[in-house]
Amino acid sequence: MDEGRMQLNVTVNGQRRSVAVLPMARLLDVIREDLALPGTKEGCGEGECGACSVIMDGRLVNSCLVPAVQAQGAELLTIEGLARDGELNGLQRAFVACNGAQCGFCTPGMVLAAVDLLSRCAHPDEAEIRAGLAGNICRCTGYGKILDAVQAAAGEGERP
Amino acid sequence: MRGNVPECTVVVPETVQEALEWLARDPGRWRPLAGGTDLMVPFAAGRLADTRFLSLQRLDPLRAIAADAGGVTLGALATYTDLRQHPYVRQHLPNLVQSAKVTGAVAIQNRGTLGGNLVNGSPAADSPPSLLAYAAEVELSSVRGARWVPYDGFHTGYRQTVLAGDELLTRIRVPQPAPGFHFFRKVGTRAAQAVSKVCIAVCVQVEDGAVRAVRIGLGSVAPVPLRARSAEAAILGRALDALPLAEAREALMADICPIDDIRSTARYRRTVAGNVLVQALIELGATLNRRA
Amino acid sequence: MKNEGIGISVARREGREKLTGKALYVADQVWPGRIYGVTVRSKVAHGRILAIRFGEGIPWDEFTIVTAKDIEAMGWHNRVESIEPDQPFLAEEFINHAEEPIVLLAHADRHLLERARRAVTVEVEELHAVLDLDESLACAQIVGGKRNVFKEIRIEKGNPDEVWARAAHVVEGEYHTGAQEQLYIETNGMSAEVDGDGVTVRGSLQCPYYVHTALTRLFRLAGQRVRVLQMDTGGAFGGKEDYPSIIAGHAAMLAWKAGRPVTIVYDREEDMACTTKRHPSRSRLRTAFDAEGGLLAMESEFLLDAGAYTTLSPVVLSRGAIHALGPYRCPHVRIHARAVATHTPPNGAFRGFGAPQSLFAIERHMDIAAARLGIDPVQLRRRNLLKLGDLMATGQRVAEDLDLPGLMDRALADLDYGTRRAEFARHNAGPGPIKKGVGFSVFMHGCGFTGSGEQHLASVTGVRTLADGRVEVLAASTEMGQGKETVFTQIVSEALGLPNDLVRMSPADTREVPNSGPTVASRSTMVVGRLVQDAALGLRQMLLQGPFLREPYDPDGFREAVRRAHARNGVMTCYSAYQQPAGLAWDDSTYRGDAYPTFAWACYAVEVSVDTVTWEVKVEDFVARQEVGRVINPILAAGQVEGGVAQGLGWALWEKVETVQGRMVNNQMTNYIVATAQDLPRIRVTFEENNPYPLGPGGAKGLGELPMDGPAPAVLGAIQNALGLVDLREVPLTPERLLDAVEAHHGRG
Repeated sequence: MDEGRMQLNVTVNGQRRSVAVLPMARLLDVIREDLALPGTKEGCGEGECGACSVIMDGRLVNSCLVPAVQAQGAELLTIEGLARDGELNGLQRAFVACNGAQCGFCTPGMVLAAVDLLSRCAHPDEAEIRAGLAGNICRCTGYGKILDAVQAAAGEGERP
Repeated sequence: MRGNVPECTVVVPETVQEALEWLARDPGRWRPLAGGTDLMVPFAAGRLADTRFLSLQRLDPLRAIAADAGGVTLGALATYTDLRQHPYVRQHLPNLVQSAKVTGAVAIQNRGTLGGNLVNGSPAADSPPSLLAYAAEVELSSVRGARWVPYDGFHTGYRQTVLAGDELLTRIRVPQPAPGFHFFRKVGTRAAQAVSKVCIAVCVQVEDGAVRAVRIGLGSVAPVPLRARSAEAAILGRALDALPLAEAREALMADICPIDDIRSTARYRRTVAGNVLVQALIELGATLNRRA
Repeated sequence: MKNEGIGISVARREGREKLTGKALYVADQVWPGRIYGVTVRSKVAHGRILAIRFGEGIPWDEFTIVTAKDIEAMGWHNRVESIEPDQPFLAEEFINHAEEPIVLLAHADRHLLERARRAVTVEVEELHAVLDLDESLACAQIVGGKRNVFKEIRIEKGNPDEVWARAAHVVEGEYHTGAQEQLYIETNGMSAEVDGDGVTVRGSLQCPYYVHTALTRLFRLAGQRVRVLQMDTGGAFGGKEDYPSIIAGHAAMLAWKAGRPVTIVYDREEDMACTTKRHPSRSRLRTAFDAEGGLLAMESEFLLDAGAYTTLSPVVLSRGAIHALGPYRCPHVRIHARAVATHTPPNGAFRGFGAPQSLFAIERHMDIAAARLGIDPVQLRRRNLLKLGDLMATGQRVAEDLDLPGLMDRALADLDYGTRRAEFARHNAGPGPIKKGVGFSVFMHGCGFTGSGEQHLASVTGVRTLADGRVEVLAASTEMGQGKETVFTQIVSEALGLPNDLVRMSPADTREVPNSGPTVASRSTMVVGRLVQDAALGLRQMLLQGPFLREPYDPDGFREAVRRAHARNGVMTCYSAYQQPAGLAWDDSTYRGDAYPTFAWACYAVEVSVDTVTWEVKVEDFVARQEVGRVINPILAAGQVEGGVAQGLGWALWEKVETVQGRMVNNQMTNYIVATAQDLPRIRVTFEENNPYPLGPGGAKGLGELPMDGPAPAVLGAIQNALGLVDLREVPLTPERLLDAVEAHHGRG
C-alpha cells in the first residue's frame, strides 16, 4: 500500500468495498473517485449546500465534512443505491413526476435527505419536510415541487 | 479541495486513556477531531495548519448522556441530534434543545458534537449561550487527572480557552435547573444553515412573583460567549409585573462589544440584542398571568 | 395515442438520469491520462505586474505552465471574443481587477498542484483602483471603454422638459440594486483535449457556439478544428453564458502545451470570487404626474457597474434601458443609460439581464409616488398601464390586445390583497412586534434578443431522420434544468402527431448541431422552439414528397416512413433559419422601433411579515400571475417561475455581495445567503394564455427571465405597507439596512 494510506472497509449500497485511501481524504472524494460513484456531488466543500449528502450508518451526513478515517466500518447509502434492478424507487419516481429536479445537481443529496426524513417520519407535514431538507440548497426550484415530490412519496407509503 | 491531505497523520485511540497519552506525549501537537463539522471546513479550504489529528471516533463512552438526581452529564461527543432526542434534555433543558435545533441542519446535527462546539471556541456558536444560562461545568481530562471548571470561565479570549495542550474536554455537566422560565433565541442570517448574528439564552427562577435567580448567556456579541452580568443584575430581585425593560437593555450594552463583520454590523447587533432581551423579559412577565 | 404535445405536463425525459446519479457533469468524467489545471489570480484590484516568481520546493519541470507571454510565444490571440475584445485570457502587463487570471498550472497530482499554486508569487506594483461609479465617471483615471463608459444609450420620446413646470406632481428618487451571484450548485468547470483533429472542450456551459467562437479566435483555428460539447450542466442562470469561454480557453491552452487532456473545475470560493455577477445598478428617476396620477413624463439616469472589461455589459445595458419605463404609457421619456468601468471582476448575465434592475426602480418609484400623491398604488397603475395601440419607450406600438388592469386585479385577488391590506392595517395598529404588509408589482419582459439581435444571430436548427425510424432535433440550445429537451420534444410531437419517444434530442455538440444561438434571453422556446417546429414540419414535407409518407398517418406509419426514407436516402435533414418577422423595425443608432418581437406581462403580489425585534422579513405568501401566450409544459413552466421568484426574493432580501477593495469577501456559501427550504413559502403560480404570440410554437412567448423582474419591488412595497416606511430604495434590503432605514425615518440615524 502507498505510504500513509489506510485500508478503508465500508459497505456501500449493500456491497462490501475495500479501498486504500489517505486518512484525511474527504469521504466525498473517496465515494466519487475511489469507489467510482460520482452521483454524490460537491457544491460547496463547506457543509452548507448538502449536495454531498449521503446516509452513513443510518444517518444523513455531509460527506465533504467526514474524513475517510472516520468512515471505517460504516454502512453507506448513496444515490446509486436507491434504484433496484434499474427500477426507480418511489421517491425517485415522485421527483420525476412532480418536476422536483431541474438541473439535477442538488438532486442526489436532496433525495437522500428525503430518504432520511421519511425513515424517521413516515408522514411529515410541510414544516417537517422543510426542516428535513433545510440543509440541502436548491437554486433552481424554489423547493415547491421538491415538497410535492416528498409529499407524494410519503402519501404512497414509500418506506425507503 | 485545498487541504494538505497527503501530509496528514491520524491516530485513532481505542480508549480515552490512550487518547490522553497521545496528548501527553506531544502536548499541543495533536488536534482532536470529533465530528469534523468545524475542522473540516478550514481544512478543506487549505486554511488549517494542523497535520496531526487525534480522531475521537472510537471513544464511545464520551457519547453517553447520563441523567441522575442532580442533573445530567453529557459526553463531549454527544451530537446535536443526540441532545435533541434525549428525554432528559428535552424535559429539563429546552434551551439546549433549541440551540441544537438551530445549529446547521439535519446532516450537521448528526455529526457535530457539543464538545467540539465548545473547544472550537467560536463566539458565534449556538450552544454556549444555553450552557451559560444553565450554569454548566466542563470536565477537562489529561493523564494528570480530570478537573471540572465552570463553563463560564472556559473561554478566555477570541478562540482561546483554558484547555491545556495535553487536555481533552471529556464531559459537560448541567445541574438540573429549578422549575422556571427558559428562553432561547438565535438571530441568524436565514432560517437554517445560518451563523448566528445575535444569540441569547435565558434561565430564570421566580419566587413570590419576583426574579430570584437569573442567568443570561450571549453569543455573537463579544469575542467569547459570555454571561450578561450587568443585565442580570438589573433584573435580579425585580417583580415580574415591573421588570425594568429599558434599564435591562441599557445594562446589556455594558456587557457586550459587538463588531462589524462579514455577516452583520455592530449597530444591528447592539439594537437587536437589546430587542431580544426585552422580548425575553416581556415573555417572562407574561408568565405571571399564567401563574395566576 | 396519448397526447404528449403542447400544453401537457409530460414528465421530463432528462429526469431519470438526474434521479439515479447517472447524469454526467464535467467533474464526474473519468478520463485516463487526464491532468488537472488551476489558476493563479491577482490579489489586488489594479496594478502593474513586475515579475512572476515560481517558489522553492516544487518540481516545476513536471508542470505545464501558461502565462500571457506563452500565449504570445505560441502565436495565440490573448483576447476573449466579445462585443469588444478587450479582456485577455491571462493578464499581460496590467491587472485590472481582483482575481484576474495570471498563470495557469497543470499537473496530475491535485495536492501538489495546490501547493504549486501557492508557491507562485506575482510581484505587483499596486495602483489606485477605481471602485466607485461616480469616481469612474469623473474620469480622473481611465479604467477602460470611452472615458470609462463601455456603452451609452439614449432613449427619447417626446420632450420631458416641456412638462416638469406644468405638471401637478413631480417625484424624484434614487434606487440602488446590488450585485448578485448566480450560485448554480455546480461550479464552473471545463475539460479540454487537443489532438490532430484540433481542440475539443466539454463542460458546464449555456452557449456552445460562444465557446466555439472564442476558441477559434484564441487559437486562430478554422471552425472545423474546434469542437464544443455541453455536458450535463448543474444550473447556469446566465452565469455560464460568457464565462465558460474563459475557462475553456484556459483548459485548452494547458491541454495544448501538456499534450494531455486537462480538466479545470473551480471550487466554490474561486467561482464566487472571480466569475461574473449581476450588474449593480443605480437609477435616478424623475416622473411628472397630472392631478389624477397620469404619467406625463419620465426621466431616468441608469448606471450599471460593468467591471473592468466590456464583456456583455452593452447588451445588459440595452435591456435595462428599454425596460426602464416599465409597463406604462408615457408620452415624454428620456432614458440615459451607461455601463461604467470599474476595477472589479466583469459583471455579466444573470436571469433578467438588466431588466430586474430598471424595473425595480420604476416599480418602487410608482409605489413611492403613489404615497406622495395620496393615490392608491393600485389605482396609480390602473391609470397608466399600457394597452393595445399605446407606444412604449422606444416607440414600439403595443400590438397585443392587453388587459393589464385585469391581470393585475386577478393577481391581487389571488392574494386577497384588498382584504389583507385592511386587516393588516388593523393588526399593525396593535402592540405586537410583528407587522404585516402586502405589496405588488406589474412588469413585463421582452422575449428574445433585443432589436436586431435575433437577425444578427441568424439562428438555424434542423430535424433529421434516424435509421430506427425516429427523428432527431438539432439545436444548440442547452438543457440546464429548464427542461429544454422535453419542451422541444413536445413541440415536435405536436407538429408531427407523434409520441415523445419517437423524438430524439441531439446532444449540444457543435460537430452535430447548427448554431441556433445562445440559451439566453428567454428565446429558447419562443424563437428556437419555433424554428424546431418549422424544421420538423419541413422534414414531414420532405417525407410526403418522397413519397415515403402518406397522410393521414399514425405513429407506426410515420416510423415506417422514416425507416424507408433513411434506408433509401441516408440521413434526411430539414433546416430552418430565422427570418426577421415582417413589420418589425429597429434602429440601433437611435434606439427606436420594435425592441422585442413580443413581451410577457405579469403581476406579482406578496404578503410579508416584519419582525420588529430583529427586522427580519418573512415572505408569507407569494402569487405570480403572468400572461405568456401559451404554456408548452405547465409543470415545467411553473417550476421556472417558482425558481425565478426564489432568486428574485434572494436578491431582494438576503443575497448581499460584500466586497473589500474590489474583491468579494463573502465568497462562501456560509456567508452568501440564499434561501433554504425553510426560508420560502409556496409560490402560487398562474399562467394566462390570453395573448398568444402568433410566431411562437403554439403561441408561446418567452418565460425564463420574467420571474426575476417582479419579486424585489413587490416585497419592498409590502414592507413599506407593513411599516409605513416609504423610503425603501435599495436591494438587498437586509435586516441591517432595514434597521438603518427605520432609524433614519424616526430621526435617530
